[in-house]
Amino acid sequence: MVQGKGMKVLANVILTIMAVIAILPIILLLIGSFTDNATALAEGFSYTPSKLSIEAYRYIVNAWSTVGRGYLNTILVTAVGTVVSLIVTAMFGYGITVKGLPGGRVITLMLVISMLFNGGIVAQYFVYTNIVNVKDSFFALIMPNFIMNAFNVILVSNYFRNNISGEILEAARIDGASEFRVFWKILLPLSVPILATIGIMTAIGYWNDWNNGLYYLSPRDGSKYYTIQLILNQIANQVQFLASEAAKMGVTLDTRSMPTTTVRMAIAFVGILPILIAYPFFQKYFVKGISVGGVKG
Amino acid sequence: MGNRKVPGYNEFIKKVNFHREEKRRKAVKTKKKKIRIAHFLPIYAMILPGFLYLIINNYLPMFGIIIAFKRLDFRKGILFSDWAGLDNFKFLFASGNAFRMIRNTILYNVVFIILGIVMGVTTAILMNEVTSKGALKAYQTLILIPNLMSFVIINYLVYAFLAPDTGLVNNSILLKLGKAPISWYTNAKYWPFILTFVNMWQSIGFTTVIYYSSIIGISTDYYEAATLDGASKWQQITNITLPLLKPTIITLFILSLGRIFGSNFGLFYQVPRNQGMLYPTTQTIDVFVFNALMNNNDYSMSSAASVFQSVAGAITLISANALIRKVQPEDSLF
Repeated sequence: MVQGKGMKVLANVILTIMAVIAILPIILLLIGSFTDNATALAEGFSYTPSKLSIEAYRYIVNAWSTVGRGYLNTILVTAVGTVVSLIVTAMFGYGITVKGLPGGRVITLMLVISMLFNGGIVAQYFVYTNIVNVKDSFFALIMPNFIMNAFNVILVSNYFRNNISGEILEAARIDGASEFRVFWKILLPLSVPILATIGIMTAIGYWNDWNNGLYYLSPRDGSKYYTIQLILNQIANQVQFLASEAAKMGVTLDTRSMPTTTVRMAIAFVGILPILIAYPFFQKYFVKGISVGGVKG
Repeated sequence: MGNRKVPGYNEFIKKVNFHREEKRRKAVKTKKKKIRIAHFLPIYAMILPGFLYLIINNYLPMFGIIIAFKRLDFRKGILFSDWAGLDNFKFLFASGNAFRMIRNTILYNVVFIILGIVMGVTTAILMNEVTSKGALKAYQTLILIPNLMSFVIINYLVYAFLAPDTGLVNNSILLKLGKAPISWYTNAKYWPFILTFVNMWQSIGFTTVIYYSSIIGISTDYYEAATLDGASKWQQITNITLPLLKPTIITLFILSLGRIFGSNFGLFYQVPRNQGMLYPTTQTIDVFVFNALMNNNDYSMSSAASVFQSVAGAITLISANALIRKVQPEDSLF
């Protein structure tokens, strides 16, 4: 018994340390964003800066034409992308569960093969710039990689098979409901748990994505679609991007007074804030998404 | 006489009847087929968007592999460019880049796989010892937070610690200890440790949740019986938890073996800030392909490396699956 207790104490100590390490960098980011710029330059970022300031956030408010647009783009991409992805995935996943569908096996096989082989990044880049050209458009952020993947399809179709009785669907069909009606009015409402799980994972994927923009949005012509992640990617090395983007929109920003060091931290914090706020509400689905997705993901 | 049938008459009638029957059956069949297809039409319509996406996003790029075997000339287009045979691959492997990036990719993966299993399983077992529900939820919530961050953000977090002029490590630790500041972003030798730490920091919550969800699936009866028999905590872990966790460990292990030629592009591109001086220890295949394609417009090198990666990846995945089928047939992917 004593040994069991010792184990319990040890577990709590180690997990507490791990939890602290997990969030310490984020706290440094937060404190860094509220540090006086000159102080940060003189004594570096620290958990106990000698002088605090909100100048970085004041600058973001001035540069809102750029940062706010990035925010709007992030929200749009996440919302549109997630909804489209869920609908496409659920319809496809339903289709392959229909018994006796001619060609159904071939389609399922094609889906499985897509998990095993891929043409690589270069080939995909050629497809999305030459055949289905998404370059420098809103679609660049939505289409590549995110809309449907085999793993999510398998998750939803397994859910349809195991959790929804065919009798309910058959009864609706006998009552004269069309396949679309059955899908929208019966199947989807009954599948909320699985849709929420993969929806959360997809939404986080879209919110955090910067790869698609890196490949398919050029800083010259595609920057108006830049999400908050892409703005952060751009200003990591070149903070003047904020001012030059504002100038494109006819807003003049004073670059000399820019708190260049701390403003980056502030924008990064603004970028993760919505996720941190929403996290407690979607945590359940996030954990579920990991545990169902982890093993075969 | 008149009644006498022509020799073979019976056979003839039989044949005619058979043909008639066959024709009728066929007609019914095609009609049925038409009805069936019409019946399934709405289903096809529902599958169509996803199917098209599969073609565009997954299948067209598979054919795009030919780029690696072409001497790309945009005036002629991809299909009509001259064949280059294996020249692109020869250039790649002669350049000396190939060895370095493949070595880096594989070595990092090996370290990440081993540490992932050891730390993930340990943390999950520790989590299982926590009895307070509130504490459990707090730990789980907090160690998963890094997993919600994009690598662009993680780049900023790491930079806040390691920046040569404004970083916390140089200013608040090394200088205070009387040591000379280190130029982290120009010294390749530190990066195997930095990247490993960052990777574990970011992914440990994820791995822990997977193993933990597998541990809580173990029936409590085993533990109760063991406690009655006077087994210690440690004995319970080694004799119950670990053996029952083995299938999950093996599945995850083999799946990550299958991905050994892949790398987390965000980790290796964002966190070292794509600094050329760090390439000896930070450049993986994905980083090379990105730079060759987007910054140098080097289609021959990038496509050769990218095709090498996907072919090697497919081969390792299939071998890993064959392995899993031998060890645990019920867990094989296909």
